[in-house]
Amino acid sequence: MIRGAWLIPLLPLAAFFLILFFGKRSPRHGAPIGIAAVAVSWVLSIGVLLQIAQDHPAVERSIEWFNIGSFRLELGMAVDGLAAVMFFVVTTVSLCVQVYSLGYMHGDSRFTWFYAQLSLFTAAMLNVVIANNLFQLLVGWEVMGLCSYFLIGHWWEDKVNSDAGIKAFITTRTGDIPFLFGIFVLTVAAGFDTNIGHIADLAEHGQISTVLLTAGALLLFGGAIGKSAQFPLHVWLPDAMAGPTPVSALIHAATMVAAGVYLVGRMFAVFVHASAGVLQFVAVIASITMLIAALLAMIQDDIKRVLAYSTVSQLAYMMAGLSLGEAGYTAGLFHLFTHAFFKALLFLAAGSVIHAVHSNYMSEMGGLRSKMPVTFWTFVIGAAALSGIPPFAGFWSKDEIISTAFHSGHYFVWAVAFVTAIVTAFYMTRAVLLTFFGDYRGTAHPHEAPVSITAPLVLLAFLSVTAGFLNATAFNLPAPFTAWVHFGAAEHEPFNYGFAAVSFLGAAGGLAVGYRLYRGWRERDPVRNLGPVYTVLERKYYLDDIYMGGVVRPIQYRLSAAANWFNQRVLDGIVDGAAVVTRWFASLVNLFDQKAVDGAVNGAAGLTGFTGGILRYLQSGNVQRYAVFLFAGVVALAVIFTRL
Amino acid sequence: MVVAAVGTVGAFRLVTSKNVVHAALYLVVALGMVGAVYLLLAAEFVAWVQILIYVGAIVVLLLFSLMLTKAPIGREALDNQQRGVAALVALAVFAGLLLLIRDTFPDQRIEVQATNTADIGNSLFRGFVLPFEVVSILLLAALVGAVVIARRDGSE
Amino acid sequence: MIRLWLPLTFSAILFAAGIYGVLARRNAVLVLMSIELMLNAVNVNLVAFSQYLKDALQAGQIFTLFVITVAAAEVGIGLAIVILIFRNRETVNVDEVNLLKW
Repeated sequence: MIRGAWLIPLLPLAAFFLILFFGKRSPRHGAPIGIAAVAVSWVLSIGVLLQIAQDHPAVERSIEWFNIGSFRLELGMAVDGLAAVMFFVVTTVSLCVQVYSLGYMHGDSRFTWFYAQLSLFTAAMLNVVIANNLFQLLVGWEVMGLCSYFLIGHWWEDKVNSDAGIKAFITTRTGDIPFLFGIFVLTVAAGFDTNIGHIADLAEHGQISTVLLTAGALLLFGGAIGKSAQFPLHVWLPDAMAGPTPVSALIHAATMVAAGVYLVGRMFAVFVHASAGVLQFVAVIASITMLIAALLAMIQDDIKRVLAYSTVSQLAYMMAGLSLGEAGYTAGLFHLFTHAFFKALLFLAAGSVIHAVHSNYMSEMGGLRSKMPVTFWTFVIGAAALSGIPPFAGFWSKDEIISTAFHSGHYFVWAVAFVTAIVTAFYMTRAVLLTFFGDYRGTAHPHEAPVSITAPLVLLAFLSVTAGFLNATAFNLPAPFTAWVHFGAAEHEPFNYGFAAVSFLGAAGGLAVGYRLYRGWRERDPVRNLGPVYTVLERKYYLDDIYMGGVVRPIQYRLSAAANWFNQRVLDGIVDGAAVVTRWFASLVNLFDQKAVDGAVNGAAGLTGFTGGILRYLQSGNVQRYAVFLFAGVVALAVIFTRL
Repeated sequence: MVVAAVGTVGAFRLVTSKNVVHAALYLVVALGMVGAVYLLLAAEFVAWVQILIYVGAIVVLLLFSLMLTKAPIGREALDNQQRGVAALVALAVFAGLLLLIRDTFPDQRIEVQATNTADIGNSLFRGFVLPFEVVSILLLAALVGAVVIARRDGSE
Repeated sequence: MIRLWLPLTFSAILFAAGIYGVLARRNAVLVLMSIELMLNAVNVNLVAFSQYLKDALQAGQIFTLFVITVAAAEVGIGLAIVILIFRNRETVNVDEVNLLKW
């Protein structure tokens, strides 16, 4: 099975092309093609995972694509525990989203294109996971960015949506520039070799200088900052909520944004063996992001934005886990694993609510508990998992990060993570209460969603409950995840009950505060009581304004205007000048042609005429004149012949 | 030689005289001198034929035509514009011929023998009978032609 | 004994004079006269050589007779033409008969 793992990204890619060309004519507009492809990939992923679970060694295979001198490009796959786990995550969430979209996107005017994009995106993400060399990874990375742009702007008739798509694309692109340079640095440092395994080997054995490793790691992390929406490039993710909810679930909760974390995990050898400052830098960025995002989530009215900021915050958790070094490797990636499930669940459930009440805003929701029970319960499970309430999945993964931070001496990270956990519990409680409790404040007629929507919810809820146990070390449970995904030695942190209890208490505290504040509906949202803090939060720390005024506007208006002026005056001037010179030259040639050439021709004609005019006098009609010539000729001949 | 001299003068005057009738008379002179030369060369038959035909018939013919065509009198009327060139050409011809003669026959002399007219008749009607006949026909043609040409259109 | 070059020279003179007359005279009749002159020059030449060479056939003289005959015929025709021209154009000046002019 593992040897055929290359089928896993290939099937959705094939589905993309099939849907693109034949989708409109297929039954149900091509959706079954996409779903079938992902379903098969899902089954294959499970197979791969089982094989890994049975201690199957990692497999790497590649075929050579082309060769330029000493530079070799290959298409290959590297399947180890990390890849297998990622396969499972991506195919599961993608499958759920595609089934969900049958109902959610029903009747949409670009239904087929939507499914094609979903398949292409899935293929791209799987390619990033399976890639054994940086170049192939980059290709998948960029295609994902493109799909994200298309999918966010799916309803581009509304300018807000297309703007969001552009913002996402440009912001992630800004991160992609250092990413590209990072690839260059590492490739060159490894002797023009893009193979990840080789680079990791060289890094481990100290064959690459620390300076190069540091530069490469920092530059790669730039890409991760952009893709995984870390500070300061996190601004696109909330706006990306303009896209359809299934898109948000797939791309912006579980997969694409996780790609940045995955990248760091994949290239961990480089990060670890670079100078210590790199991981510290990662930790700082992660900590900042974690907290500011959680605070922003607190004050949102749009339910999807709450979840978006929450994603940013949780991604920061993962990064923070990785920044702890070898010890935090497993923890961070485990959180990625669990987060994918419950965040996707939360988004899809939110989508179900939005679909029912035709509004994104929690101020227009309420009391949906009784009207949409399945949605309600699955949402609650997801929220609990996110908040870190045992025995749900989020508890195990989040707790592991927090405890590892503490026990490895990274107290700053631990403190921030702990506070963030409290805030997380708070805002999720707020969201739940505002949406499902109290009286309905909206104008629509909400009812439970169809099975195509609720089935994925249930599945994901199930995973949110159980996935955590894959790495739960409490009660001496086996934690196979560590065996699959580890760096260095596979160690099991002994489970610290006390520590876990403290974390739990923190989360419970946040929950309690939220409950007290939002149990009954208040006209004025209590968070507004924070006064000026609220204002800062509302303006997202003025970051958007800074970016707009400091970066976008100058480029858009001044730089473009300057470039335009340059083009018009200078470049066009040169071109026009060339044209003028050519014309002048042509007129010279014309002159030459008219005077000289024509002159010669006319002159020849004139000469002929002139000569003829002279010669015609010979035809005098005078016979005697002719006789003269005759006799003169005779004399001449006589002279010639006798002399000769 | 004397004869030659006279003949020469006659010829010159022929070609340069202003009066056509005078020119005709000078022609008589020149032709007569030619006959004299024939005599000196002991070619009597030819000499008499010359006088007979040329001086007798042809000159008369010329005179008649001069009369019929109202030939004018006067210098300008008789010589055309290319006198100069013509003189040149004539002199060139003469010079050439003279040189030729001088070169070829500087010292030869003619031994004059009397020509027997019977001999001429003999050879004419034996050896040259064919040309004789041809020339006869030629004369006939000329006669008829002259009549045809000079006839007035559409009359008798 | 007559020196040969005498009659020959005489012939040459006559011939040259004839040429001059042909080329330089305007009246057609005068031109014809000049032509006669030339023919006579030729005759003299023929007779002179005939005597010089002591030809048994007297070919030179015979030929001279023929030339005289032909000359006569030619003058007859020529004059007929001249008269015809005179009738048509009221002139016998050869340089006024120039219809072949450009």
